[in-house]
Amino acid sequence: MSATTKTPAAARGRTASKPAQASAAARLLGDRRLPVLVTAGLFLAMYIGGLSRYQNYGFGEPQVFLNLFIDNGYLLVAAVGATFVIMSGGIDLSVGSLIGFTTMFTAWLVERQGLPLLLVIPLALGVGAFGGFLMGYVIHNFEIQPFIVTLAGLFLFRGLCLVISKESISISDSTVSSMAQTRVSLGLGELSIGALVALVVVAAAFYILHYTRFGRRVYAIGGNEQSALLMGLPLGGTKIAVYTVSGFCSALAGLLFMLYIQAGDPLHAVGMELDAIAAVVIGGTLLTGGSGYVLGTLFGVLVLGLIKSIIQFEGTLSSWWTKIATGVLLCAFILIQRAMTARKQT
Amino acid sequence: MSTPAVTTPSRWRALTHHHLFWPVAVLIALLLVNVPFTPDFFAIRMTDGHLYGNLVSIVLFGSPLILVAVGMTLVIATGGIDLSVGAVVAITGALTCSYISDQADQNALAGVFLAMGIGLVAAVVCGLWNGFLVARMGIQPIIATLIIMVAGRGVAQLITDGQIITINSEPYKLIGGGYWLTLPFSIFIVAAVVAVTVALTRRTALGLLVESVGGNAEASRLVGIRSRRIKIMVYMFCALCAGIAGLMISSNTSAADGNNAGLWIELDAILAVVIGGTSLLGGRFSIGGTVIGALVIQTLTTTIYTIGVPTQTNLVFKAAVVIVVCLLQSPKFRAKVLGAKGRARTTAPAEPTTPADAAPKMEVSR
Amino acid sequence: MAEPRPVLEMTGIVKEFPGVRALSGVDFRLFPGEIHALMGENGAGKSTLIKVLTGVHSLDGGTITLDGKAVRIGSPLEAQHAGVSTVYQEVNLCPNLSVAENIFIGREPTRAGRIQWKQIRKQAAEMVDRLGLDIDVTAPLSSYPLAVQQLVAIVRSVGHGDSDGEGSGTKVLVLDEPTSSLDRDEVLELFRLMRRLRDEGVAILFVSHFLDQIYEICDRMTVLRNGTLVGEHMVADLDQVGLIELMIGKALDQLEELHEHQLRSDVGETLVKAEGLGRTGGIAPFDLEIKKGEVLGLAGLLGSGRTELARLLFGADQPDSGKVTVAGKQVSMSAPNDAIGAGVAFCSENRKTEGLVPDLTVRENIILALQASRGWTRPIPASQRDELVAKYIKALDIRPANPEARVGQLSGGNQQKVLLARWLITQPKLLILDEPTRGIDVGAKAEIQKLVVSLSEDGMSVLYIAAELEEVLRLSHTIGVLRDRKLVAQLTNGPEITTSKILETIASGEHQ
Repeated sequence: MSATTKTPAAARGRTASKPAQASAAARLLGDRRLPVLVTAGLFLAMYIGGLSRYQNYGFGEPQVFLNLFIDNGYLLVAAVGATFVIMSGGIDLSVGSLIGFTTMFTAWLVERQGLPLLLVIPLALGVGAFGGFLMGYVIHNFEIQPFIVTLAGLFLFRGLCLVISKESISISDSTVSSMAQTRVSLGLGELSIGALVALVVVAAAFYILHYTRFGRRVYAIGGNEQSALLMGLPLGGTKIAVYTVSGFCSALAGLLFMLYIQAGDPLHAVGMELDAIAAVVIGGTLLTGGSGYVLGTLFGVLVLGLIKSIIQFEGTLSSWWTKIATGVLLCAFILIQRAMTARKQT
Repeated sequence: MSTPAVTTPSRWRALTHHHLFWPVAVLIALLLVNVPFTPDFFAIRMTDGHLYGNLVSIVLFGSPLILVAVGMTLVIATGGIDLSVGAVVAITGALTCSYISDQADQNALAGVFLAMGIGLVAAVVCGLWNGFLVARMGIQPIIATLIIMVAGRGVAQLITDGQIITINSEPYKLIGGGYWLTLPFSIFIVAAVVAVTVALTRRTALGLLVESVGGNAEASRLVGIRSRRIKIMVYMFCALCAGIAGLMISSNTSAADGNNAGLWIELDAILAVVIGGTSLLGGRFSIGGTVIGALVIQTLTTTIYTIGVPTQTNLVFKAAVVIVVCLLQSPKFRAKVLGAKGRARTTAPAEPTTPADAAPKMEVSR
Repeated sequence: MAEPRPVLEMTGIVKEFPGVRALSGVDFRLFPGEIHALMGENGAGKSTLIKVLTGVHSLDGGTITLDGKAVRIGSPLEAQHAGVSTVYQEVNLCPNLSVAENIFIGREPTRAGRIQWKQIRKQAAEMVDRLGLDIDVTAPLSSYPLAVQQLVAIVRSVGHGDSDGEGSGTKVLVLDEPTSSLDRDEVLELFRLMRRLRDEGVAILFVSHFLDQIYEICDRMTVLRNGTLVGEHMVADLDQVGLIELMIGKALDQLEELHEHQLRSDVGETLVKAEGLGRTGGIAPFDLEIKKGEVLGLAGLLGSGRTELARLLFGADQPDSGKVTVAGKQVSMSAPNDAIGAGVAFCSENRKTEGLVPDLTVRENIILALQASRGWTRPIPASQRDELVAKYIKALDIRPANPEARVGQLSGGNQQKVLLARWLITQPKLLILDEPTRGIDVGAKAEIQKLVVSLSEDGMSVLYIAAELEEVLRLSHTIGVLRDRKLVAQLTNGPEITTSKILETIASGEHQ
């Protein structure tokens, strides 16, 4: 995933060394925060549009806004994991399968094996993180493309889902249902546990990416892997850790998804890696790595969630418009990114 | 995939160094695994003037995958990748079936041909879009083709209005489910597409230019190869192959399912290409290898079914195959795990005169 | 300057690559508080020596002593810890991070695992300030031109010892071609910083292709040629002509047979004419005429703009100004296609990256250019193709004479011949050869030079670039002299033109 980052520094420098009296537009294009701002603006515009159109249908209720978090908490967590991977210049296709696997795994342990949920949760998270670790280990140590290794992960975890059971397992465990139904009041409205966990994950990711050495290494490797190596940064450890984080986040997302659906199903979250990647890209993270913000991912998920709710409010629009709208947004943002990187080349 | 003992060095080595050796060996091994479980695995029966048997059904069920993988091979050879083929399969099937279902007479040949034409044109347009993004806009292939991968299924569902459109058209049924000269008709389609692809790449200079672009893009520019044009062409061809596969899949079930038609076929196709010995980094490609790679994947599915392992473990096996093949192809892995022995063997054939080494990097064994 | 002891001493350094002895017993020393130039042409062993010093390559023989202690340097990181820091031409920093972060990454001050951003910004600002630079440390590195990025890289290198206990501070700073894409003001800024560091006692190893810069900033120089040391001199004691002579050396005896050869005297009318052709950062606008059957040699040191000139004539780079006419017709030269269509062929000096497709066979590599010009729909018929390939394999004596061999496995000389065959097969009007004899054995060298002579006799024009002056002098009707990215003179070859005459022209940079 580093084809475009390999621009010869000389070529880049040559254009840059021309007097930098860039126009306002060029300066704006050069600002790394631009994509995040665009996404945030897009979200606001869509929200205001929704307000004016569906005011009489209760779109203005604060709870409609909060429901975005409740309904998309799992996606948010998964997308945060994907943000780490993409920021480091890699890609993780196993997200959806790992989510599906976690729902099956926990449902099976809780329902069929009768294990207490409190024991199952750390177990599931551990399995997810270990899966990510293994993929990262193979990617780094054997220099196989992340695409292929995580593709194997995709097959493996989906296969393990089916090995556990071909049928969906609904969860009747009282702890699960009470957790799922718990709502935390915020005055204006309420949030589910899943939504709160997702927000905590976003905050933690923000802290890690901006205030720890590990987080900065992720940026550095995504920016220029070769340089990072020559600067003496531990490349391997960081890469493996990134996939471990992604595995952990996927497992956590799987737990939230299980809470949300209250069932395990071998076909849960098929293709959710695409939603996660789309959210990350729409949130302004460069798919080639090195540039982006986890807050952008938050907005990316919110935009995708808002599309879904607007389609619900519209009533006449069918669900597939979600995919089409996602694709169109993805395309627009990829072109914006392209314009931004092209500016730096000759 | 054990390494057989080296007994008769030169001839054995020439054989093992052939780029198709390991894919074929894996295929044969997989087929043989079936024999203890189903002694008449290789038997082919004639019923109602149709041939039946496991070998026939492997090719029959593997047909769409072979088609998609053949197109994917060329894209990968240019150093690209096309994630959108599954979505293209769905779009083509949806368009064609919805057009046929609107016909008063679903069996009218003209209508069926027009429907197929519309579907295939749509597929080629998708390919043109991918090629445009990759070659003109300079967007990484994996990202550029992600757009249609995400949006395409939505478009397919839009066409079918979210329904599964079922049709009842005898001529259309022929493509994916009919028989001709005792064999499934789709086998002929696959054979034709493979033959055309081989002719197109090896009878013209297209194959050479594709390998050159994938092998060294800058050198290709400096010898005056118009690589943009070639890339766009290759993405269009890949989409066309996916489109034909889409026709086949929808014809076989007489239905268009925007959601599930061709689901994950892009991943299987990429896997088939890799098993067939074409490097994901581009350059040398082998259509024959890809066909065998696709057959390996299909045989794996069939084998799991016939030897009585629960079918749901299919994906786990597939994951294992992906990992094993990729690890064996990784020079790092060979150096680390196979150790000094592996290294000694890799250096030996590096003498410039070994003609067998002109073969691409399918030295999975070492 | 009478330093008692060098800070760095490298003795009897040997480094071998498969088939090549890159360094054979080179001695090198560096004193604290000096700027030391390392000089040499392509293949002299400069970059190998630097890579051995910075831990990129391992040693095959010899010792490295740092501050009187023998050291083993196994990796770039170990080199840094030992006090040897390197700044490359291509800045090895992360453009997406801020200046301050680039200076500190990997050794950020933390408290309870939390990075202390305020402290980083403050310290970075102080470090930048102390070195007299005016840089906003909070801005992303990519917002600065390459020159500033290089300065930041230097700040990072020398700042190493300040903030952590691991290193003992930078004693040796290696600057590998830092000035190649800087303009004059940027170079002055860099020099100011270099002098400042020198005065603080840092030993600086400086590599540059610009002779003026060497004479402006350096105190001492070491000259390498063909992997051996040819001399260490104080800059003040060696004039430019003497230096160039040391770098380029004397004629090779093995090539004497070619001396017998008479150059074709009757060159035809003008074939290629370039007017005001130039490219910012590449080469200053130049006028050039190449006649039919003429060999135009380009003389100049590495980095003097000789390759850039050739690339412009081929459309490999886009010119900023000027026009090219071939046989009276103006050619747009916006891409190699245009030049190839007009009958221009170009063998790049970088065989591996810009010439060969290593996975393809000899045959495929040979026919590639011809096939590209025919388009994919018109393949060369197999019999004609095999005949052509066999003919050129034989004519150029490519070994192994097996068209099926993978070209990546051939030796350098044979790879070069494959590239030559690739272009000869297209029967170009002008053949551009950029260092065709670089890195190949003497026998192949002589063969390629003979080939150039016979091509010229058959009426093909050749633009010939070589590092060795004798080679250029022997083959060329006209010699274009380049210096510091300018075509400074065009000399008609004759008895009065000698290597020393060319040397003088390069050294003085004067128009004739």
